[in-house]
Amino acid sequence: MAFIEIRDISKSYGDLSVFNHLSLSVDEHEVVSLIGPSGSGKSTLLRCINGLEAIDHGEIRVHGDRITGPGVDVNALRRDIGIVFQGYNLFPHMTVLGNVTLAPIKVLRLSKAAAEERAMALLSRFGLANKAREYPDRLSGGQQQRVAIVRALAMDPLVLLLDEITSALDPELVSEVLNIVRDLAEEGMTMLLATHEMGFAREVSSKVCFLCDGSVYEEGPPDKIFDEPARERTRAFLRNIRDAKRI
Amino acid sequence: MGATTHRAPSAGTGPARRLDIGRMPAAPTALLLSALVMVIAVEAGSLYTIGAIRKALLGGGFAGWWVSAAFVLLTLMSTMIALPLIRAFNRWRDVRRAIARNDIVAARVARSEAHDRSWIAIGYTFAQFIVVLAVQFLLANNQAVAKTFFYVPLIVETFPLVLKAFWVNIEIFVVAEVLVLVWGLIVALAMFAPGTAGKPLRIIAAVYVDVFRAIPAILVIFLVGFGVPLTGVPILKDFSLTSYVIIALTLTVGAYVAETYRAGIQSIHWSQTAAARSLGLSHMQTLRYVIVPQGVRHIIPPLLNQFIALQKDTALVNVVGVIDSFNQSMLIAANHYNLSAVTTVAVLFIAISIPQTRFVERMMQRDRARLRAGGV
Ligand SMILES: Nc1ncnc2c1ncn2[C@@H]1O[C@H](COP(=O)(O)OP(=O)(O)O)[C@@H](O)[C@H]1O
Ligand SMILES: [Mg+2]
Repeated sequence: MAFIEIRDISKSYGDLSVFNHLSLSVDEHEVVSLIGPSGSGKSTLLRCINGLEAIDHGEIRVHGDRITGPGVDVNALRRDIGIVFQGYNLFPHMTVLGNVTLAPIKVLRLSKAAAEERAMALLSRFGLANKAREYPDRLSGGQQQRVAIVRALAMDPLVLLLDEITSALDPELVSEVLNIVRDLAEEGMTMLLATHEMGFAREVSSKVCFLCDGSVYEEGPPDKIFDEPARERTRAFLRNIRDAKRI
Repeated sequence: MGATTHRAPSAGTGPARRLDIGRMPAAPTALLLSALVMVIAVEAGSLYTIGAIRKALLGGGFAGWWVSAAFVLLTLMSTMIALPLIRAFNRWRDVRRAIARNDIVAARVARSEAHDRSWIAIGYTFAQFIVVLAVQFLLANNQAVAKTFFYVPLIVETFPLVLKAFWVNIEIFVVAEVLVLVWGLIVALAMFAPGTAGKPLRIIAAVYVDVFRAIPAILVIFLVGFGVPLTGVPILKDFSLTSYVIIALTLTVGAYVAETYRAGIQSIHWSQTAAARSLGLSHMQTLRYVIVPQGVRHIIPPLLNQFIALQKDTALVNVVGVIDSFNQSMLIAANHYNLSAVTTVAVLFIAISIPQTRFVERMMQRDRARLRAGGV
């Protein structure tokens, strides 16, 4: 059984239908990339898995447990499903260390010392130990995004959702963030990432899903999707990206 | 679209265009003369008024060297408005000379300065004119105005009494401010009570805020201060009158403060909530650790403004007979047919209010500067 099972979900915002019988699965230790035009619902899908948005029909299961619909403890669910946003969303009134330890202390009920120890270990691993006492607005975009990843990792999640985490970064800062994701992939972290970095998606993912018209229009191994896409819309999308020299 | 409104490029044809810096300026004679007339008129009025002050002081039994010294000092100070005028005149002469030399740049510089100096002279003259008018008002009718509002012997004599009563105002607003901070936050959190279960609470909070923002504070003070003792409700009926007015003010101002908190909470972008909730923090934890600490910074200036308003509203408690400074000063006024003690109260309120207003202004300036610098 797959680790994350998204079964036949539908969702709309008023008249706008975002998902229309969408299904998708992610295996444990697998990295799945979501690609697709802007507005195709990549962010919304990640937010649904994390319980930040509700779905109208269908269901999502993690480890076989249903995580959508009534009777689900979303707070508990979110402890195990980390998400990193395009805009970092660090808490500006807290230091880096404060950002990283807040949820472990308040949600996991770790002692302050234990939470800080874990935070410092993660921060040093990603080259951020010397930034622990800084406030987020003193950090570069790349550093902020790395802190956001560390903040999610500090909860020791079972799966990490990454929503276009490099889209707000200057080009020269992209690689420092992608290196972290690459490390995590090698370690076997289960990840679902929405991305516009096609080269990177190809490199790290075991499966690429092209989202379009409210469902997974085409999916497959990266080499297959990028080199010989079977369906017309996928080809058109990739052609546009190639023309823009983003591949 | 035909770009006919655009000027044709001069490349190739005709001489290259030069920046048009205008012609030789004229000396600002009319402006200088207007300033001169105003300075002379106001200075004449000033000298006349200073003479009247001296007469009033001497007539009022004040005498001695310091009256003469003050007279000389005031006279000298009143002539200060002539200084910018003299500078304006000097620059005006420079303009004339530059024009004679046909030096267009020097003429423009001098004209601009003559212009500025003339306006400075006019500005200060106008300010002095206002002061002269005010002093004349005080001196009118044989100094009746001055004596009614600023009768120094009475002010000195009643000051201890008024100051003691002013402590009542201070006590009321300090306690009310503390209560309002807590009460307002409770109401604001009720306004954000989540889900369907929270709906009744949200409605109650919204109704409370609407109602108490609509009722004039003086009415609430009256209703609570006279009404609650009449009802004879146990415990409540035994409170002191001061407690009633504190409760009344807390209820009124709490509604405004709750609104301020709410605005502060809403000023924090929803992505902060999303980030906190995605880490597993509950609704209350998100408010407590992420949203409120950030919102508080935005709301300190409006909160302090509401405090200043609350402090002034403590003067309303006289409607239920609390002997605060205003009530005390009215008693004195009735006994002496003189309002000078009320002036003392006004001065006391000014003395506590102005530092706070300046402080708020500085805080807002700092926040604006930080915003411009691109911080958060
Ligand atoms: N809160 C919302 N309310 C209304 N429409 C929304 C909301 N969030 C997203 N949408 C719409 O849903 C669609 C999918 O958005 P999104 O998931 O952000 O796409 P992507 O991340 O692929 O660019 C878009 O058309 C967007 O306008
Ligand atoms: Mg998106």
